[in-house]
Amino acid sequence: MSDIDTADPEIAPIKRPARWHILVFLAPAFLVYTAVMILPLIETLRLSLYNLVDNQTVFVGLSNFITLFSDPRLAANFWNALWNNLIFFVIHMLVQNPIGVALAAMLSVPKLRFATFYRTAIFVPTLLSFVIVGFIWKLILSPIWGIAPSMMDLVGLKWAFAPWLGRPESALITVSLISVWQYVGIPMMLIYAALLNIPEEVLEAAECDGITGWSQFWKIKLPLILPSIGIISILTFVGNFNAFDLVYTVQGALAGPDGSTDILGTLLYRTFFGFQNQMGDRSMGATIATVMFLIILAGVSLYLFVIQRRIRRYQF
Amino acid sequence: MTRLLKGMLLATTMFAPAGAVLAQDASLTIESWRNDDLSIWQEKLIPAFEAKNPGIKVTFAPMAPTEYNSAVNAKLEAGTAGDLITCRPFDLSLAMFQKGQLAPLNDLDGIKNFSDTAKSAWTTDDGKTTFCVPMASVIHGFIYNKKAFEELKVEVPKTEDEFFALLDKIKADGNYIPLAMGTKDQWEAATMGYYNIGPNDWKGEEGRKALIAGTQKLTDADWVEPYKTLAKWKPYLGDGFEAQTYPDSQNLFTLGRAAIYPAGSWEIAPFKAQADFEMGAFPPPVKKAGDTCYISDHNDIGIGLNAKGKNPEAAKKFLAWVASPEFATLYANSLPGFFSLNSTAVKMEDPLAQEFVSWRQNCKPTIRPSAAIVGRGQPNLDLEMWRVSANVINGSETPEQAAAETQKGLDSWYKPAK
Repeated sequence: MSDIDTADPEIAPIKRPARWHILVFLAPAFLVYTAVMILPLIETLRLSLYNLVDNQTVFVGLSNFITLFSDPRLAANFWNALWNNLIFFVIHMLVQNPIGVALAAMLSVPKLRFATFYRTAIFVPTLLSFVIVGFIWKLILSPIWGIAPSMMDLVGLKWAFAPWLGRPESALITVSLISVWQYVGIPMMLIYAALLNIPEEVLEAAECDGITGWSQFWKIKLPLILPSIGIISILTFVGNFNAFDLVYTVQGALAGPDGSTDILGTLLYRTFFGFQNQMGDRSMGATIATVMFLIILAGVSLYLFVIQRRIRRYQF
Repeated sequence: MTRLLKGMLLATTMFAPAGAVLAQDASLTIESWRNDDLSIWQEKLIPAFEAKNPGIKVTFAPMAPTEYNSAVNAKLEAGTAGDLITCRPFDLSLAMFQKGQLAPLNDLDGIKNFSDTAKSAWTTDDGKTTFCVPMASVIHGFIYNKKAFEELKVEVPKTEDEFFALLDKIKADGNYIPLAMGTKDQWEAATMGYYNIGPNDWKGEEGRKALIAGTQKLTDADWVEPYKTLAKWKPYLGDGFEAQTYPDSQNLFTLGRAAIYPAGSWEIAPFKAQADFEMGAFPPPVKKAGDTCYISDHNDIGIGLNAKGKNPEAAKKFLAWVASPEFATLYANSLPGFFSLNSTAVKMEDPLAQEFVSWRQNCKPTIRPSAAIVGRGQPNLDLEMWRVSANVINGSETPEQAAAETQKGLDSWYKPAK
């Protein structure tokens, strides 16, 4: 700044008043975000490089990570959680997002009656607390008090009912589908908005060329909403790999039966805070959190730098 | 306006502490996991203490049992924990003492009121220092619906064969679910299952001590046998027991839909409050008639002094009161099923609680095998036993696999003293 004062006054740029208001307006959000997000994140990353040795916190480099991947028990828990998390994500991608797109496509049909009602009804579960959702579904699916067995009995499907949440082979799928039920409103809303943004002229031009109905959806609408589907996929990815709440409310912190619903979030919780007689281990918890952060970072980077650049965008 | 506000703020900050000092109140907070007992502490126990000790205010601050240990540890480390810490038995509290978080209580008034066995759960390995006042133990067994037993004209089983014959009979009748237990929460399977019936097989203390000494392994026949028995329970559990939670089991029994509930004595008070039928209890059946019976009589709860507490004098007064026979009587009768560890005999009014405690005369008591010494490492043996017991009942693991897994976990860190 002092350079300007000493420079030749003739070539000095026109002095603009300092734009303090930008800083002032940015400050609250920046400060709050730093305090509640950035600092804890940095602190977690730092903690993963430290450990307790003789009750003293000392810098141990990457040894926590080495323990995590070399200790047979920890490594088994971690890979189990990562694998379950992957299945959790795949189920969301295969069920939640296609259903979301399909619902949005149906809602955008102009002749549909009660469209607003459907839209609201499908979106409401997203607004509910996960505690409520978890509790409701636990009750619905309870073999003792639940309405699922008796409802299925009414249509002669009693034989198909099983205590899904209690069986290792079905528990993870059940929990994933509960989560799909809760969050299907989000892809639906985003795609719905994208579909409404498609100009009438494009669709009319398509109709003039004889492209109607299904082929219109596949050839005209779908390519136009691809960027939105990309955004939804990445939101699903981040959401799923950060998931914890629903599994915790439905299956408890042990994520049973036999660890079959254990995802990274629940593993992190049990490791960091401890559970019953198992003591919490903050350094190892932070290590798992760091690995989760890196996984999500890798996924998001892959999307941003590789996939998003290849998606074609159309400007109207 | 601002000046007025400032004045008020100043006044409150300056005079509020002064007010507190004037009242000369020492306030104590009890950290606990017994949120079920909140009303009993608030309505019966604390008023009884406060009436005798004016000037000391006690607050009972319970939290969720599964979160208690990590939460209270964090509080102790941060220096925000209450003056009184409820102690889990054995290794967990010992770790707190070794970190200097709990104060030694050897010279506390009234600590002499407890036998060495009672204190064993809260004493250092060398037996020299006691760091918590023992409060209560819990006994495992089976609680049954007397009405159901009368309807079916069946008797309380003494041996395992009789037990399974009884279950067959209840199942054939079809009106009642024979056993109210689920595996979803996992801990029921171990606590009400494995720890409940197991002592008969591993011969109580004898087997437990041999396990610690390394002369027995969890893969030995005595330790696998209870898993085999548990696996046989499967057909007698209710429909969909895999997704049945602990509260589900409790409700099935208290609503009169199940005949037998594998129990711990802590259920007595809540069951009394909810069930409208007569209840009885029987100890875990022995293998053959005439065998010595063993029961799990587990030192479960004690109370200690936060070494960095703010009111150590008042807290010690409270602890001395907890060690007194007066407290023992009050506690055992307010919470039937939590049996006093005080050497002074306590008169209990509750017949079901009396039934449980009467087993002590004929059966040899022992504690849960995963609680002491072998419960110190990672993976935690107790949690491992929860998991494999549930697996065995679900049929997703054989008893031998379950035993081998727990032993492998134990071997990974535990080296018995030679």
